[in-house]
Amino acid sequence: MADDPLVIAGREFGSRLILGTGGAGNLAILEQALLAAQTELTTVAIRRLDTGARTGVLDLLVRHGIEPLPNTAGCRSAPEAVLTAQLAREALHTSWIKLEVIADDRTLLPDPIELLDAAEQLVDDGFTVLPYTNDDPVLARRLAGVGCAAVMPLGSPIGTGLGIGNPHNIAMIVAEAQVPVILDAGIGTASEAALAMELGCDAVLLATAVTRAEDPPRMAEAMRLAVQAGRHARLAGRIPQRFWAQASSPQRP
Amino acid sequence: MTVTVNGQHWELPEGSMLGDVLDRLGVPSSGVAVAVDGAVVPRASWPARTLRAGATVEVFTAVQGG
Repeated sequence: MADDPLVIAGREFGSRLILGTGGAGNLAILEQALLAAQTELTTVAIRRLDTGARTGVLDLLVRHGIEPLPNTAGCRSAPEAVLTAQLAREALHTSWIKLEVIADDRTLLPDPIELLDAAEQLVDDGFTVLPYTNDDPVLARRLAGVGCAAVMPLGSPIGTGLGIGNPHNIAMIVAEAQVPVILDAGIGTASEAALAMELGCDAVLLATAVTRAEDPPRMAEAMRLAVQAGRHARLAGRIPQRFWAQASSPQRP
Repeated sequence: MTVTVNGQHWELPEGSMLGDVLDRLGVPSSGVAVAVDGAVVPRASWPARTLRAGATVEVFTAVQGG
């Protein structure tokens, strides 16, 4: 199969599965899952240093050459998200940021007004911005318009495992996008990751579906294969759906 | 003077430096960022940055998430 790298802001990645680090019970399980996923980019959160209790997640990523993608998880406003991105850049020496500005704890849905404001400020400040966004084609277009390097629409709310609630919206985002589309949040199992890729997404970002599965490394492997399968199916070009049957064997004489 | 460091009140001599506070805190040599009064202070500026009374110092790092 020909080389088919994911390209974000001019950088190439061999893997189209971005596995987040959140939710793993311990670092050993996380390590196995990251390796089984063959992910090259993984999210980390920025939090106040608990003195004496380092998480060790960065050491793990360095050991395996996995690039950390810091996020602004937990931020509720543009100023908060901008400061968190600046802290992440200082701590991790990366100008890449997964921008999350959520509206409330119950839905964890992005606040579109604050999100667009933060995205614009961060792009102006030289960041490579990957916004976690609603499955709204108009908002996705606006985010790309202010210079985001990708758009990351949700399948369904974070951690729900409800899959892709509005596949048609995802398809519309893909059809319009001038930047990579990364399906982010809501994936529960492998078929949903494959669907995201069949809809034309360039990559899938997930965490909970793997880290809280009964066997995280095995689910990571399943997701890796599903993303590959979905990508191949997308590029192969599926048959049109028909109402009536069409024989696949020659007609009898 | 009182300075708030990661949510705790510290009594420090007037004119204390950010670098001294971070040394006492045992801040690791990489993977951290510091904000004073809600603005990032680059690592190179830590030693020479004087803290004012009532300043808020926060030290951040990357943890599992997302």
